Amino acid sequence: MGATVKVDVHYVTRVEGHGNIVVDVKNGEVKECRFEVVEAPRFFEAFVRGRPYHDINHIVSRICGICSVGHSTASTRATEKALGVELTEQGWLLRKLLFHGEILDSHVLHTYYLVAPDFLGVPSVIPLVETHREVVERALRLKKLAGDLCAMIAGRHTHPCALVVGGFTHTPTERELRQMRERLVAARADMDATVDLFASLPWPQFERETEYVSLHKEDEYAFIDGVVVTSDGFTYPIEDYRKVTNEYCVPSSTAKWTKHNRESYMVGALARFNNNYDQLHPWAKEAAARFGMKPLVTNPFLNTAAQVVEMVHCVEDSIRIIDELLTRGVREEKPVSVQVRAGEGVGACEVPRGVLFHHYVYDENGICQEANCIIPTNQNIANINADIRALVPQILDRPQEEIRLLLEMLVRAYDPCLSCSTHFLRVEFV
Amino acid sequence: MSAQKVKPKVAFFDFASCEGCQLTVVDALQTHLDLLDAVEIVNFREASSERREDYEIAFVEGSITRPYDEERIKRIREQAKVLIALGACAHTGCVNAMKNLLPPDEVRRYVYGDCAEWYDTYAARPLSAVVKVDVEIPGCPIDKEEFVEVVKALLVGKKPPIPDYPVCVECKLKGNVCIFHVGGICLGPVTRAGCGAICPTYGDGCEGCRGLIPHPNENAMEEVLDEVGLTLDDIMHYFTMFNAYREVEDGKWAQR
Repeated sequence: MGATVKVDVHYVTRVEGHGNIVVDVKNGEVKECRFEVVEAPRFFEAFVRGRPYHDINHIVSRICGICSVGHSTASTRATEKALGVELTEQGWLLRKLLFHGEILDSHVLHTYYLVAPDFLGVPSVIPLVETHREVVERALRLKKLAGDLCAMIAGRHTHPCALVVGGFTHTPTERELRQMRERLVAARADMDATVDLFASLPWPQFERETEYVSLHKEDEYAFIDGVVVTSDGFTYPIEDYRKVTNEYCVPSSTAKWTKHNRESYMVGALARFNNNYDQLHPWAKEAAARFGMKPLVTNPFLNTAAQVVEMVHCVEDSIRIIDELLTRGVREEKPVSVQVRAGEGVGACEVPRGVLFHHYVYDENGICQEANCIIPTNQNIANINADIRALVPQILDRPQEEIRLLLEMLVRAYDPCLSCSTHFLRVEFV
Repeated sequence: MSAQKVKPKVAFFDFASCEGCQLTVVDALQTHLDLLDAVEIVNFREASSERREDYEIAFVEGSITRPYDEERIKRIREQAKVLIALGACAHTGCVNAMKNLLPPDEVRRYVYGDCAEWYDTYAARPLSAVVKVDVEIPGCPIDKEEFVEVVKALLVGKKPPIPDYPVCVECKLKGNVCIFHVGGICLGPVTRAGCGAICPTYGDGCEGCRGLIPHPNENAMEEVLDEVGLTLDDIMHYFTMFNAYREVEDGKWAQR
């Protein structure tokens, strides 16, 4: 007799945004099995039209509270390309350093606060304050460091005020940079403890190869700009992003799905790890070895492990960037001035969850005419569903509670950002 | 046997938002971990699988953007003794209300095309447009320190210390060079303080995310903006970034 399983998780917990998992199995036959996004759409692409170029990145920052630096960065890059604005060298260094701050902040949140509780058998990080106080304090410490790094450069992590088209309205002092460097060096001990903790966890064993899509640069682990590459061997300039995404509507979801060479593809830390392993800092590669990870890693649960690897990389690369800034000598710089003109530009960056695209068209007065944003989580939804369809038959013999937990853990492993994914929608550029 | 202090039961909910305010609450634990000793969190979807309905204090982030949301917020209002609007989306509508400036069908069609029918939406509005709200914590996002002070005040039954004076006061106290004096634009003179004038401090003019002060001198503000060369359209852009809901409700948007 086949199994009968009914899983109906209305609003998955410990993910950003609102999504449901529905699984219906009768007598061993999977009748329904899906992850659907039910977050309320907010229509950002519609209402940024008619707004001047200098407003746009501060508005789209509000798409997301965790990846606001990401949205603001992709947005300013798109506008800078559209209007022909070249950042200064110092501006570039600060953009990269700020970005590392966000990657760290988000990855600490995801690994410690959202994923770890499942492995420690608790509903949230709150009970861990009693039982694993040292671990919680470490997580808080690392997150504070990341938040302070962002604040030093742009005022704050969520909705970074000083990030504008052409650079920044604020410059950190050399003293602040030196103090931050000391804190980052001190954080190496916390990073070691983080690798120890997460490498010791019993990661679920589930393999399903898919296409891994990310940005790529030869000379550094790409977070901002570059080209789009896929593990199936394709390369595209960022401007051709739609050849990668191929979005389509799905009735069960307020967020659209995407596909490229296969029925779905994956973006995020694991995709970056698989495509850009060579560009990782040596210590990050060592951390990866602790997890037994080397490309091609095809277990989606290890997306969280790839985030730990990236945390190590970002701490070390932040120290490197600060050293470069201090060696060059930091100068108070105003944002590069903008000669307003008509233009079209696409910005791309690797926010914590994967590759994000922002695309704008401006008229000769610098007023936005068209806007399109493709969110990493949208690009993952088809893949999450394909994983669920592959995983469910493999675990039908387990108790229902365990099935539910494992499916939730699978969704959480992707670190979905569902608020982001539902501002999003299709736009036709004529 | 020691007397057990009864901890108030607290819940967090959100509607249409970026969840940045709830994230800021989580970050408040970095410096105030003992907040967890003072309250019992029974429902906080983003951070916990624990989901109980016996909360007394409800923090709600996000704007109401569809009829289904009204049912949800009314249920929360019924259960909670104290309902707190957490952040600009819940307090003023924030950027969600920029959608209200456009014809509603056009917005749905532009974004969803032929799938438009599947998506339920109406003019984005703050919580207070639908239910009675007891406390409003402004900001996009909220200010971590202000949030802690509000919680502390609530726990001892005091009025939350949210200022009624403008951001200019905080800029002056910090000795900031006025944004207007370095060629920038700033809504500080009419925007509610409490954020430490963070944006002007970092060189970017205030965008009004905390909402206008009671009795703002809007005419004087418009004159200042006019003097520095802004057109009426420019001025409306500034006032409708974070305060679009108010501008539409007050009829100012239709008037221009």
